[in-house]
Amino acid sequence: MFFNEEFETLPRPALEALQLKRLQSTLERVYNNVPFYKASFDAAGIKPAIVSSLEDLQKLPFTTKQDMRDSYPYGLFAAPMDEIVRIHASSGTTGKPTVVGYTKKDIAVWSELMARSFVAAGAHKGDIIHNAYGYGLFTGGLGAHYGAELLGASVIPISGGNTKRQIMIMQDFGSTVLTCTPSYSLFMAEEAQAEGIDFKNLKLRVGIFGAEPWSESMRAEIERKLNLSAIDIYGLSEIMGPGVAIECIEAKRGLHIWEDHFIPEIINPETGERLPEGERGELVITTITKQGIPLIRYRTRDITSLTYEPCICGRSHARITRMSGRSDDMLIIRGVNVFPSQIEAILVGIEGIEPHYMLIVDRVGTLDTLTVQVEVSEQLFSDEIKVLQALSRRVEKEIKDMLGVTCMAKLVEPKTIQRSEGKAKRVIDNRNL
Amino acid sequence: MKVEQISIFIENKSGRLAEITRILGEAGINIRALSLADTSDFGILRLIVNNGAKATSVLKENGFTVNNTEVVAVEVPDRPGGLSAILQTLDREAINVEYMYAFVERCAGNAVIIFRFDETDKAIDVLKNKNFNMLEGSRLYNM
Repeated sequence: MFFNEEFETLPRPALEALQLKRLQSTLERVYNNVPFYKASFDAAGIKPAIVSSLEDLQKLPFTTKQDMRDSYPYGLFAAPMDEIVRIHASSGTTGKPTVVGYTKKDIAVWSELMARSFVAAGAHKGDIIHNAYGYGLFTGGLGAHYGAELLGASVIPISGGNTKRQIMIMQDFGSTVLTCTPSYSLFMAEEAQAEGIDFKNLKLRVGIFGAEPWSESMRAEIERKLNLSAIDIYGLSEIMGPGVAIECIEAKRGLHIWEDHFIPEIINPETGERLPEGERGELVITTITKQGIPLIRYRTRDITSLTYEPCICGRSHARITRMSGRSDDMLIIRGVNVFPSQIEAILVGIEGIEPHYMLIVDRVGTLDTLTVQVEVSEQLFSDEIKVLQALSRRVEKEIKDMLGVTCMAKLVEPKTIQRSEGKAKRVIDNRNL
Repeated sequence: MKVEQISIFIENKSGRLAEITRILGEAGINIRALSLADTSDFGILRLIVNNGAKATSVLKENGFTVNNTEVVAVEVPDRPGGLSAILQTLDREAINVEYMYAFVERCAGNAVIIFRFDETDKAIDVLKNKNFNMLEGSRLYNM
C-alpha cells in the first residue's frame, strides 16, 4: 500500500534526475537568501552553478548543529517571516535550542511525508491513531498529527504523560495505532499490567516508535508486551520532524528515506569523507524541497548505514539501517566507543532482566568506570545470593565479550530506575572532561 | 513439614529495612524469625512471619520484589554436638544446605534451626528416618 504511489516507486533514474533539479534550485535559494550559506560557499570557493551532478554534492561544506545555534533564532531561514506559518525548536539540552520555521508548503510536504510513513507502517484511513508524542515546540506531536489527518485517520491528540489516562483512552476509544517513543511504550505496558489490563484485549495493531535509538531486541519485547507490530520511524526537527524515514511493514528491514525530498549521505565522522554504500558512519542529509529552512549537508550526528538495494515493498527509496546511536550519545570509556543502544540490546537478551537500565560513568583517578544498573524482575528474583551474583556476572561478561569494555553490573529494585514519558534518559556521566 | 519463608530483594541503601518493617508492622504482621544475607550491592531479607500470604501481598503493593521459599525447621538438642549430628546425617546423604539460621524461640528446651536445602523433600525424609524432630509451619508461625 502506498500514499503517493507515483513518487514512492519512482524508478531510480527519474528519482535522481528529480533530486538534481531540486538540489540545484535549493542551492540557488540558500545562496541568495541566507547570508550564512553565501559566506560558507564563498569561503569554499564554490558557486551553486558548479553542481551539475549529484556527485558534486560532496564538494559542498557541511552544516552543523553549532551553525544553527550560532544563527539563533532565525539566521538560517530562507523565507521572509511573513511566509513562515509555524516555528518549532529542539529541546536544547545544551545551551540555546535550535529553531526551525515552516512555510505553508513545508507543512504540506511534511504532512504528506508523514502520511506516507503511516501507510508504509501499515496504517490506513479508518484507523484510530493514538498520538502520544508530545505536542508543543517538539515536532513529534504536531508532525504525526498533521500526517494522520491528511491520511484521513481519526487522530487522538493525547500528547505525552498521564499514563493511566492514556491506557483508559486506548481501551475505551478503540485506538488501533500508537505513536510514541519506544521507551514510553514499555512504560505503558508496565502500567497496564499493574492495572490488570492486558494489551491483548486492546485493538492496537501497529505502533510507530521513534525519537530515540532502540534495538531489535527491544522491538521483540514491545511486540510481545503490547501485542502489536512495532515500526521504527526516524526524523529530526532540523530536517523536518518525524517522517524523514520509516520502515515498511512488509520488510521491517531498514527505514526508507523519502529521497524525493532529502538526499542522504554517510560520512566518516572524523574525516568528513563520504563512505560507500553499506558502511556505517554519520548520516548527513540535504533538504531539497524545504523553503523555510533548507539545510545543505546537515550533519545529523546519527550513526547508520545506507542501502539502495530494492525492497520487497516496491518503494524505490534508499533505506537507512536502524540507528545504532547518536555520535554525541556515544560514550568513550577507556578508549572504547560504546552506544547505550548496544548495551540495551545485550540486556534485553538476558532472561529476567527488565529493559530499564541506567549507565553511570565515573572517573576514579585517571580511570573511567562504567556501572550498569539493571532492574531485577520478579520472575528472576531468587532468594539465593549466588544466583543473583551469577546474573550480575553474566551481565558484566556479556558486555565485556560483545563490546570489549569492563563494567560493574548493579542489580536494583524493580521500578526504581526513573521512567520517562518522553525520551528516556539512559546515561549519567559524572566525568568532568 | 515445610515452612513458608518469604524473601525480599533489597538494595543496599539506607532506610530499606526500616521501610519493610514499617510496612509489615502497619499490616499487623509479626516477624517470627529473620536472616539477612548481604553483598556489597544488595541483600536478601528472609523472614518467617505469622501471615506469609498477607506479608507477601503488602510488600508487593509497596513495590518490593518478594518470593516464597520452602524451608525446614528442625529441633536441635541444646547440647554440644547437637547441630553436628544433624549436619553429619545430611552430609552422608549428599544433601546441601543452601543457608541456615536460628529461630529466636526455643521449643521444649531445644533450639530451632531454619534450613534451606537443595533437595527439600529428600532432606525431610532423611531427618524423619533418623528421628530428628521438625516443626510444622502452623506451630512455628504462632510460637
